[in-house]
Amino acid sequence: MLETINLRFEFRDEDLETGEILTDEILHGIDLKIEKGSFVTVLGHNGSGKSTLAKHFNAILTPSSGNVLVGGLNTRDTKNVFDIRKRCGMVFQNPDNQIVAAIVEDEVAFAPENLGIDPKIIRERVDASLKAVEMYDYMHSQTSKLSGGQKQRVAIAGVLAMEPECIVLDEPTAMLDPRGRREVISTIKRLNKTKNMTVVLITHYMDEAVQSDRTVVIDDGKVVLDGTPKEVFSHIETLDKIGLDIPQVTRLMYKLRQDGFDVPECITVDEAKQAILNILGKRK
Amino acid sequence: MFKDIIIGQYINADSVLHRLDPKIKIILTVLYVVVLFIIRGSVSYVLFALMTLCLVLMSNIKPKVFIKGLKPLVFIIIFTAVMNLLLTPGTVMVRFWIFKITYEGIRSAVIMFTRLVLLVTGTSLLTLTTSPLKLTDAIETLLSPLSHIKVPAHEIAMMMSIAIRFIPTLADETDKIQKAQTSRGADFQSGNIITRARAMIPLLVPLFISAFRRADELATAMDSRCYNATIKRTKLNTSRIGKADISYALVFICTNIIIIMFGYII
Repeated sequence: MLETINLRFEFRDEDLETGEILTDEILHGIDLKIEKGSFVTVLGHNGSGKSTLAKHFNAILTPSSGNVLVGGLNTRDTKNVFDIRKRCGMVFQNPDNQIVAAIVEDEVAFAPENLGIDPKIIRERVDASLKAVEMYDYMHSQTSKLSGGQKQRVAIAGVLAMEPECIVLDEPTAMLDPRGRREVISTIKRLNKTKNMTVVLITHYMDEAVQSDRTVVIDDGKVVLDGTPKEVFSHIETLDKIGLDIPQVTRLMYKLRQDGFDVPECITVDEAKQAILNILGKRK
Repeated sequence: MFKDIIIGQYINADSVLHRLDPKIKIILTVLYVVVLFIIRGSVSYVLFALMTLCLVLMSNIKPKVFIKGLKPLVFIIIFTAVMNLLLTPGTVMVRFWIFKITYEGIRSAVIMFTRLVLLVTGTSLLTLTTSPLKLTDAIETLLSPLSHIKVPAHEIAMMMSIAIRFIPTLADETDKIQKAQTSRGADFQSGNIITRARAMIPLLVPLFISAFRRADELATAMDSRCYNATIKRTKLNTSRIGKADISYALVFICTNIIIIMFGYII
C-alpha cells in the first residue's frame, strides 16, 4: 500500500545575508513497506523526522531523492497528487487548525465537495463517515463547541468521506486529554479491524504503539527498529539511548530479568500480571 | 471580550426564518436596511419596529439573545443619540450651561436610537438564523455572475467562511494570551486611552503570530483534502428557491411598501 524507497528529504533555506544555500537533511534514506490493512505506529521523539515522513505519504512533501509510492503511484508525479490524497488521507495534530467548516456535516463534506462528487453521494458518505466515528448525532453541531477528542473524530470522518484505503495520523492525540485519546485510539482501531483500513499512526505515546500490529522507531531521520511492538520494546537499551519511553510493565519485566527472575517480554499489564503470578506460584 | 457580539453566531433552531432560502434572506436584509433609512414619520417607525418584533418572534430565538447582542454597541448607540440630541440646531426647548436641547434634537435622537437598534436587530436576524456557511454559500451564488468579470466569488466566500469559523478559536486564544500576559504583570485596564492601546501590543503580537501559524497548518490540511481551484466544486446542501421562499419575499416587500407609504401619506 505504502512504500518508501531510499527516501531522503532536505530543507533548503537561503541565508539572507550571504545568499548561501543552507541545506538540512531531515530524512537519511528510509526504506519502508506498509501492507494493506495493517496498523503501523511510527515512534520517535520531537525532531526525529516522523512528521516529515508522514507528510510524504500524502504528497504534501516530495522526496529530495528516492521515491514514495502510494498504492503504486509515485508522489513525484504531479498528475497523481489528487489520486494519492484521495487514497491516503491525513489527520493532523491540532484539531483546531485542520477544521475548515463551522458545522460538523459541512466539515465532513469538505473533501468530497472538493472532488466534485454528486451531492446525493456526498450525503451518503457524510452519514456513513459520521456513523463510523460515532459522531452522527452531532451532525448539525458547531465544530467549535466540540471537545478535542470529538474534533479529532470529526477530522477522521472528514478523511473517511474521501473513501481512502489508508489513513495517516500525525500525532492525533498529542493535544488531547486522556479521555479524548481513548476515543480517538478506539476509533482508529475499529476502522482498522472492521473496514480493513490501513492505518499509520505517528505518535510518541508507548501505550498507543503497544496496540498496533507493527512499530517502526525513527531517530534522526533513520529507521532504528522495526517489528511487532513486543520485538521493538525488547530492545530496551536502544530505546533508552534514543530517549524514548518504554511501557512501565516492559521495564519492570526487564528489571526482574536482570535480577535473575525467569519472566518473558511483556507489553501489556495483563501479560505482566500473568507472568508475575506464574513466578509467585512456582515459589510456593 | 468578543463573545457577546452575536454577528456570526448562528443559533440552531427550527423556524420559518431558518428555513428561508439564504439568498432571499440576504436580499431581504439589504432591503430591510434600505427601507429603514428611507421611512419618514413616527407611524412608519412604529410599524417598522412592530414588523421587526414580529420577525424576532417568528425566528424562535429568545429575545434575550438579541438584547445581549445589542450590549457591546450600547455605547455607540447612546453616544450617537446624545450627539444628535445636543448638536442639532432648531427651536430651543431647554438650555443649560453651554448645551441647548432643541425640539429637532430630541426628534433626531429618538430616530437615530430607533434606527440603530432596529439595524442591529434586523441584521442579527440574518446571521442568527442562517448558518455562517449557508450565508457564505449564498454570497458565493449572489456574486457568481461577477466571476465573469474576474471577481473571485468562490475565493471570497471561502475566506469569509474560514474567518467566521476562526472567530471563536481566536477569541479563546485572545482570552488565554490576555491571562498569560496579566499573570506576568501586564495591565490592560488602567491608564488613559493611549496607555491602554499600547498595552494591547503584547496581546496582539502573539495573537497574530499564532494566527499565521494556524493559517499555515490549515492550508496544509485543506491541501491534503484535495482543495483546489481547478475541479468544479459541488455542494452538500444546494439550496433552491422554492414557492414558500418567493411568497415570503412578496409578503415582506408588500409590508415594507405599505410602511413606506404611511410615512408619505399621513
